[in-house]
Amino acid sequence: MTISTRADFSTIAGWIAPGARVLDLGCGDGSLLAYLRESRSATGYGIEIDDAGVLASIGNSINVIQSDLESGLAGFEDRSFDSVILSQTLQSMRRIESIVAEMLRVGREAIISFPNFGHWSHRLQVLRGRMPVSPSLPYQWFNTPNIHLCTVADFDAFCAEQRFRVDERVVLHDARRVVLLPNLLGSLAIYRFRSS
Amino acid sequence: MVGPGKPVDTERFFVIGVNNLGSCFGSTGPASLNPATGKPWGADFPIVTVEDWVDAQARLADYLGIERFAAVMGGSLGGMQALSWAIRYPARIANALVIAAAPNLSAQNIAFNEVARAAILTDPEFHDGRYYDYGVKPVRGLRVARMIGHITYISDEQMAEKFGRQLRDGLNFSFAPEFQIESYLRYQGEKFSEYYDANTYLRITKALDYYDPASATGGSLSRALAPAQCRFLVISFTTDWRFSPARAREIVRALVENRRDVSYAEILAPHGHDAFLLDTPQYHAIVRSYLGRAAG
Repeated sequence: MTISTRADFSTIAGWIAPGARVLDLGCGDGSLLAYLRESRSATGYGIEIDDAGVLASIGNSINVIQSDLESGLAGFEDRSFDSVILSQTLQSMRRIESIVAEMLRVGREAIISFPNFGHWSHRLQVLRGRMPVSPSLPYQWFNTPNIHLCTVADFDAFCAEQRFRVDERVVLHDARRVVLLPNLLGSLAIYRFRSS
Repeated sequence: MVGPGKPVDTERFFVIGVNNLGSCFGSTGPASLNPATGKPWGADFPIVTVEDWVDAQARLADYLGIERFAAVMGGSLGGMQALSWAIRYPARIANALVIAAAPNLSAQNIAFNEVARAAILTDPEFHDGRYYDYGVKPVRGLRVARMIGHITYISDEQMAEKFGRQLRDGLNFSFAPEFQIESYLRYQGEKFSEYYDANTYLRITKALDYYDPASATGGSLSRALAPAQCRFLVISFTTDWRFSPARAREIVRALVENRRDVSYAEILAPHGHDAFLLDTPQYHAIVRSYLGRAAG
């Protein structure tokens, strides 16, 4: 089994202390946890609903628990993880507020990454009257799993409304950090935050 | 599941299947001769527990010179034994595969077992468990016990699909089997009563009823599992209502609370509890993949 790496992995790994306990929600084939195990000696669990993902995670020697995130994290105790990660999954979830609340219940901090709908190429396609399709949003309107797309500015506002303390915010494009006009030039946003 | 190139690959693992103490398929059981009397043990055979079985297996491992198992694996009652191995002999197993199991029986499970036992115990040919002396078997009780058991092994969905309301040859307004499901249950009961020992059946259901590792730790499964050191694979089947996914998740939760290595797969299968004996591709693939890593 080859372990793929996504653009957000190294940023996330940089925020994980050596030996930390992490919970990866929607872990897919377990590649992020495998990456964190190799690079940070992190331990913990992945949660995945999809059969193929569960099988691949087991093949990657990841602790994976087959479960539907939409039903919450009832099997996990309060504050039992250093970090709870939701990597590029938020946008396809139904109940955003409840999953974020659950992340901050079981973890000391939450790390969330998502494709930035505010990227200029998406805006341009909307201006031209079409739903955006791009490397970060590689679906057509009729087959997309994404139901809660947002922009960097939207997520900033969400964190402010929820009174989260945002410790880090990194916006990337083509795996490079975008510092200038991130909501226009960035295609992938990664936040690290906790309850205030 | 077990064999060369199978999920439990005998090219990679030396596989041992141990018959339970008290069984009628090899290990000493109620039908075995009591050396003191020269007659079958019958009612005198003790009621053994899951822990007794596991202790007996550990002694067999001593005898065979096996210090540590790569994995202990079991379904249903066998899953309870795998769990018990992890608790009682933590240093002697590297992996536990707990399949279609529960941390204890629910009141409903015990109730079904009790009805099955009542069928046997009230059979006039049971003779307080000494039926061997009379040259008879409580076959009527065994048949009913197995019929009840079979209902709980299959899902409602599977029963509807396999049998529905199909008739054998129309209605004849009698008590002879008319619906296909009736004839299926009678057939299963009949077959079972020919080869299974009633005293064994009684004891196995009791062992199931008694199993409750959390009873030793004030009801906390998490504390009961604290001694466990091995890695775990827990598997349940979506339509298993006898040992439902919710019960398997209790095991997973207790292991997570102990920060143990655990993976959990909930296999989409229509067959009910019986699914653990069948070869749903995802089920076999998960076991294959997990053990493939375990062997490394």
